[in-house]
Amino acid sequence: MTRDLMRGLAAILASAALCAAASNPPRILAAPAEELQVTGGEVGRYGGRLVIALRAEPKTLNPVTHVDSTSRDVIWRMMADLVHINRSTQLTEPALAKSWKVSGDGLRYTLKLRRGLRFSDGHPLDAEDVLFSFQVYLDGNVHAPQRDLLIIGGKPIVVRKLDGETLVFELAQPYGAAERLFDGFAILPRHLLQQAYHEGKLAQAWLPTAPPGQIAGLGPFRLKEYVAGQRIVLERNPYYWKVDRQGNRLPYLDEVVFLFVGSEDAQVIRFQAGETDLISRVNAENYAVLARQQQARGYSMYDLGASLEYNFLFFNLNDLSGKPLPQIARKQKWFRSLNFRQAVSAAIDREGLVRLVYQGRAVPLWGQVTPGNKLWFNSALLRPPRSLDHARELLRGAGFSWRDPSTLLDRDGEIVEFSIITSASNAERMKMSTIIQDDLKQLGMRVHVVPLEFRALLDRVFQSREFEGCVLALGGGDGDPNTEMSVWESSGGQHLWNLGEAHAATPWEAEIDRMMQRQLTARKQEERKHLYDRVQQLVAENQPMVFLLSPHLLVGAKNGLANFRPAILDHYTLWNVEELFWRQANSAKRP
Amino acid sequence: MQRRKKLEGIVLVLAALHGVVLGAGFFAPYDTAAQNRALPFAHPTRLHFADARRKIHLRPFFYPWVPRAGVYGEYEENRSRPCPVRFFVKGTPYRIAGWLPARLHLFGADEPARIFLLGSDGYGRDLFSRVLYGGQISLLAGLLATGISIGLGLLLGALAGFYGGWLDEILMRGAELFLALPWLYLLFAIRAFLPLQISPAQAFLLLIVVIGGIGWARPARLVRGVVLSARERDYVKAARGFGASDIYLLRRHVLPQTFGLLLTQAAILVPQYILAEVTLSFLGLGVSEPVPSWGNMLANLQHYDVLASYWWMYLPGLLLVLFFLGYSALASALHERVGAVII
Repeated sequence: MTRDLMRGLAAILASAALCAAASNPPRILAAPAEELQVTGGEVGRYGGRLVIALRAEPKTLNPVTHVDSTSRDVIWRMMADLVHINRSTQLTEPALAKSWKVSGDGLRYTLKLRRGLRFSDGHPLDAEDVLFSFQVYLDGNVHAPQRDLLIIGGKPIVVRKLDGETLVFELAQPYGAAERLFDGFAILPRHLLQQAYHEGKLAQAWLPTAPPGQIAGLGPFRLKEYVAGQRIVLERNPYYWKVDRQGNRLPYLDEVVFLFVGSEDAQVIRFQAGETDLISRVNAENYAVLARQQQARGYSMYDLGASLEYNFLFFNLNDLSGKPLPQIARKQKWFRSLNFRQAVSAAIDREGLVRLVYQGRAVPLWGQVTPGNKLWFNSALLRPPRSLDHARELLRGAGFSWRDPSTLLDRDGEIVEFSIITSASNAERMKMSTIIQDDLKQLGMRVHVVPLEFRALLDRVFQSREFEGCVLALGGGDGDPNTEMSVWESSGGQHLWNLGEAHAATPWEAEIDRMMQRQLTARKQEERKHLYDRVQQLVAENQPMVFLLSPHLLVGAKNGLANFRPAILDHYTLWNVEELFWRQANSAKRP
Repeated sequence: MQRRKKLEGIVLVLAALHGVVLGAGFFAPYDTAAQNRALPFAHPTRLHFADARRKIHLRPFFYPWVPRAGVYGEYEENRSRPCPVRFFVKGTPYRIAGWLPARLHLFGADEPARIFLLGSDGYGRDLFSRVLYGGQISLLAGLLATGISIGLGLLLGALAGFYGGWLDEILMRGAELFLALPWLYLLFAIRAFLPLQISPAQAFLLLIVVIGGIGWARPARLVRGVVLSARERDYVKAARGFGASDIYLLRRHVLPQTFGLLLTQAAILVPQYILAEVTLSFLGLGVSEPVPSWGNMLANLQHYDVLASYWWMYLPGLLLVLFFLGYSALASALHERVGAVII
């Protein structure tokens, strides 16, 4: 019934939009030889430009070597991958590869490329380009940050070409949902990059200053102009491989303009003034400022609910025996006590954090997976409310006592006093730390909040290990547990509370290791989910991280921008930029 | 005569301002760290004298703020519950001048109502109490650092000016070096080297010592000039001829000449160093939460939403201006008065 209704509705919308689209000149119809993808969005009209402010300038336009998120924002408007994760459904869907098959043992993926595709400079795409791309990503000398993802079971993925449009990817061991790996690996034009690669100059290729003709991709836009310190302008890629249901080739927009403005506050002010059309990842406070004027200024703000980011407090459980840090080692006997960590967790006023730090635009957390992660959230985890009495009971059970209500003593009569480091530039985490400090004061713990410059903080956590407690956040990725292997496996490089253990330090960490390995190779989604649920439960019970909250993802867009479907995955507002269009021509007019 | 009156007036005003800050415990109704998590960014409490029936009350009263349901940071008065302002109430314990315990506060309100004379901050902490206590830190920073600078300046300037020669050369070249130091970066470097275990108070004191220690060069150069001319005066030469020792000459004849100058210098340096504390706390190098200082309170204004939405968060800045005006008036009045003495 609803489906019929939807279809009817879509037909009406389509016929309405047909008139609009037909009246616009730059309509390029698909050539019959091309296998184009048909998108499901509303049929739109051509024309207009989209202006977006970036916090910083992209360092490079090279999809192989970029590391910063501003570069990524620009690059992925010009690039495409073989299999893509739909940001809205969080599921994979065909992209440059029109289909894929997995062998019975899960070790061979066979991908079929779309026929007749062309790069944005008109050069045709074939399997050689794909081979070249993966050769580049896997080359250790290139230092592609994504390279590790292609090493499975200690061995790199082997890519072979069967014919001009069929490719085989061979894995050393089964890997759950391996097709998700292809998301984020842009297919490179061999004809433009091969020379630079062979000369070992790939990292220097495709800087923003490169002439636009030298940069080509398979994304909806291509480079038009770069003005250092000011802006980068992308124009429509006339060879893009998606069409709407009417057969109109996407994208609808003529141009996408990225302005470099320097800071989040500047982004907010530009958006508020109507100089930019979109804003993503606004913080709760700026969201409130913007939301107050949305009627008058002709834009709308959207609260997308919990993001994938999770904030947490963790203690230094590293083995410090070889390090000259006796002060911290002495305090580790508290941090290693499960009762202590549970008491800390029970004393933290998560609702207060949500209200005071995020003005209610966050969700309290008791596990690492946020409710925004549709596929992996474990709704069975306990969510005990704040209880100082329970916290005191736990502390008493572990031999702690009170000299007076404001002084907690441990078993040996030592005053419980420690510091929490946090990033000085992150106002939210600073505020959370101050509230936690006050919460723990109720238990008689003396906590000092030490704001550090972010790099200094990372250095303490990852190198010198000279810290006691730390408030940090993780998140991003596509929400799949495979992207967080290094956090949960005891030998992992982001196993923050105890980095790179030689052997799992505790039985529960050993169990997490086993579960993570099993989910990595399990083929069925239900089985993987079951295993990862258990990981979440183990983490929640043992509190190596005291989870705090997940901020909502907050975005805004000017009214009149159609097909705007923001998502909580990366490129929050721009993931479907090819489908965006302006309902009225005048909404896009700007100097 | 009029000059003297003006000076007395300025000193009186400054003394009153300092008195209020020094007696923060008494004047402030609440503990600076006490969070009221239901009342973040509450407006300054409105004091009323007339109630709904237009009846005039001698004792001011207020209606406590109630958060508007579902909206962050918006409040309305609970008209059904007027709360009288109580004077000389017992409340949060504090210590007079750091040691004498006391509980008496100038004013307050019956629990659980909260009176926020200047509104509350993002944690629902009383801004009025924080401004007063914050002043203690900021003024202490200013006065302490000035004391160090003036003390060092006097000692080194007098030595250089009185003895001259190679000692003068070394000290004055050293002073020039100190003047050229980019002290902000120096402080960043020092803060980075401090271990985590150091308490915020210790870190802060250390920074003050450093600020004061770096700032000796200017007063030292001025003192040297005065001493240089004073030691050539006839009466000084005469005293030396009668066999007076160096110490005696310095104490009796030379140094008194510099006091007017030093007072003026101090009046200039105090606000400068208060500002140094503000700068440091603003940059996250000074006093850390939850201890208030004017600097870290003003640092809240770095956020666009606070800047745009909550005007009462500017108040520490306003108070700072008041102190600045006081001190600069004092400096110019002193200059007028002692200028004659020096020349």
